[in-house]
Amino acid sequence: MSFDVMQSRPSFPRRLLGFVEANGQEAIILAAIILLFVVVGVVNPRFLGNSNLTSIFSGNAYIAVAAIGMALVIISGNIDVSVGSLIGVLATIAGTLAVNGYPIIVCWLAPLAVGVAINAFVGFLVAYVRIPSIVVTLGMLSVLKGGLISATAGAWINNLPPEFMLAQFRPFGVPAPIYFMVTLTLLAALWMRYSGFGRTIYAIGGNPDAARVTGIRIERSIVCVFMIHGFFAGIAAVLFATQLQVIQSTVPPNLELTVITAAVVGGVSILGGTGTVIGSTLAAILFAAIGSALIFTNVSAYWLRAVQGLFILATVLADMARRRRLR
Amino acid sequence: MTAIVELRQVSKSFGNLKVLKDVSFDVQPGEVHALLGENGAGKSTLIKIISGVLHPDEGELRVVGEAVRLASPREARGRGIATVYQELLLFPELSVAENIYLGHAPRTRWGAIDWPKMRSGARALLDSLDSHDLDVDTKVGLLSVANRQRVEIAKALSQEARLLIMDEPTAALADSDARKLLTIVRRLRDRGVGIIYVSHRMQEIFALADRVTVLRDGAFIATKPIGEVTEGSLVSMMVGRSIDQLFPKTETARGATVLELRNVSHREIVRNVSLTLRAGEILGIAGLIGSGRTETALTIFGITPATSGEILVDGKPVVIDSPAAARALGIAYVPEDRGLQGLVKPQTIRENISLAIIDRLARLLLIDRRREGQLARESIARFGIRARGPEQLVRQLSGGNQQKVVLAKWIATEPRVLIMDEPTRGIDVGAKAEIHALMSKLAGQGLAVLMISSELPEVLGMSDRVLVMRGGAVVAEFDRADATPDAVGSAMTAAGQSSLEGAA
Repeated sequence: MSFDVMQSRPSFPRRLLGFVEANGQEAIILAAIILLFVVVGVVNPRFLGNSNLTSIFSGNAYIAVAAIGMALVIISGNIDVSVGSLIGVLATIAGTLAVNGYPIIVCWLAPLAVGVAINAFVGFLVAYVRIPSIVVTLGMLSVLKGGLISATAGAWINNLPPEFMLAQFRPFGVPAPIYFMVTLTLLAALWMRYSGFGRTIYAIGGNPDAARVTGIRIERSIVCVFMIHGFFAGIAAVLFATQLQVIQSTVPPNLELTVITAAVVGGVSILGGTGTVIGSTLAAILFAAIGSALIFTNVSAYWLRAVQGLFILATVLADMARRRRLR
Repeated sequence: MTAIVELRQVSKSFGNLKVLKDVSFDVQPGEVHALLGENGAGKSTLIKIISGVLHPDEGELRVVGEAVRLASPREARGRGIATVYQELLLFPELSVAENIYLGHAPRTRWGAIDWPKMRSGARALLDSLDSHDLDVDTKVGLLSVANRQRVEIAKALSQEARLLIMDEPTAALADSDARKLLTIVRRLRDRGVGIIYVSHRMQEIFALADRVTVLRDGAFIATKPIGEVTEGSLVSMMVGRSIDQLFPKTETARGATVLELRNVSHREIVRNVSLTLRAGEILGIAGLIGSGRTETALTIFGITPATSGEILVDGKPVVIDSPAAARALGIAYVPEDRGLQGLVKPQTIRENISLAIIDRLARLLLIDRRREGQLARESIARFGIRARGPEQLVRQLSGGNQQKVVLAKWIATEPRVLIMDEPTRGIDVGAKAEIHALMSKLAGQGLAVLMISSELPEVLGMSDRVLVMRGGAVVAEFDRADATPDAVGSAMTAAGQSSLEGAA
């Protein structure tokens, strides 16, 4: 009787690849962050100063929070290219409510509710009407961005009440956004790893047909994923809206790209089915640190986009190679 | 006479699976050479080697006496080898003449396309195929399938094809069109073109072929002049093998009826199918591809829900409108294509096995990892899955072991009805026997098994009863004792027999 070939002890490169496959991307990024801090710290010690570290971690926490939702969407085999505009709209809603004297708690929660509602609609179009998510969110991008500029006429929101400024709170001396980033990342990571729903999302992204044939209601799950993504976008919007004294209606341009880059470079396969939110948060920190490092080493900050682009290409290439090798 | 194409002792493997073993084959000018074999026998691989899509691992390919290595389908075309594919590769927005001469249009002295020459050339080619009714200026998208096929053939002739490969050319044609096609094929043969003709329709083969070659499990069985074979002898060459070791069928007591279909239809694809399935029995469904076998399974499992008729589980009428509903009723489905529909390949064995019961394993949102690990380890032992452990990724496993993972996933749901579609396709003989043994054992434990297979020996070897489907309907039923290869085989292929006799 002929037996199937069993995988005997694999070669060292293959085992290394297996390690990277299992938990490596996060480890690599963490190593890159540490390396960056050491090298740039030696070149310019002010890089490691308290105020700069605060600005790196706290000032970019909202990107990491948005990247958590983005990671979930990409793991499920979809994408959202409109998240930057969504955050802009939600931040404007929060700010407008705040300057008009609504209770602070309403100002904080309204963006979450609106984010969930808008993305429930997006998820519905993707899952039930079966329009590819890139098309739906490309449409949303224009709708949200156009609507925002028309509604605000490009004006900035000023005179925000001080009690509204959630991101400026510093419990125990640590800026509030860092609490949000760390707590949400850990909760989402545990939930994705240990909950039935998390497993379902990985299965849908890994092979939607197999998931459906296994009896998973994938339409419902995809709508849920987009709603969760909307929820995280809402939190990101509140952190963004409350960190400066003004809310710019333009949001940081290319925010959606930064968020997608963080998720993908953090190890979330652009093809769906693999990756973790720990990786996406670490990658968001890495990019923030690179941006700051460029300034501290007197390199034009415009290089940041190029560096991000190279990272994305390298990561996707590595992902492709890995898949090809392990098929 | 020199053969147009000759294969000498050609072998080809994909990974561990040897799909062609030492096959020799040749086509003479002015000959129709029929190629026969079950699905997976190696026909397509052989055709792909001749048409330059694949390269042989061993052996040689000779074109008109010269040993060659065809780097691409383009090079094969340059040597006069043309293929008419099942799915036609034409451009619907271009005219008939443009399609025929695409890539090698006649040119004027100035390098522009010589339209009058192209149109008259296309006209002449179509006339030579007796297709006087086809307008060379019509857009191909407006033509029927039969006419598009003629355009494909004309296109092959325009490149001065010496060998034409036709893969199931009549599968999508109505009977009258199929008859016309046979006339065209004969006309080509009389002109000295060699033709490789693949078809499941026995009547066509006897009406057309000069010689016939049978492949089985990638091995060469025989090449014979058509006068020396009968339909019966061809079928037994295609399926015959030592059946006992491969099919460890144990007799089991049959219990109550678990699943019953009453006149179930899905659109025009599944027509008024009625069947009963009892606990402890294996019911085999035989039929050609497109006969409605798989489609019936998809309907029972709620992927393409029934549009009419009644499905009963344990005697009670039920509505199955999704795989989730089917799963809740205790129905399990091991799909035809485990890669596409069975496995989540980036995930581990553990994660794949628990996927169908992940809701049951979760307590207060979180998965009970201890129970999940236990389930995976037990399944690996019970199903004989050869792997490093529960944490190995399923895409690293061999086909047979992947299939065991899919089976384990479904058995974890503790189903009452197990549907297995092509349970052993693409896996080696040893693993086949293991899967069969598992099936027998599960039936012995009271599971009702519905097995769909293209492999006649598998259906005959494993089933307590056999249903034969054709054209979406159940056309015959046999008890194990009456299910002979000849009886089942002719019930499967009877379609088109009577209607094609006029062409013979």
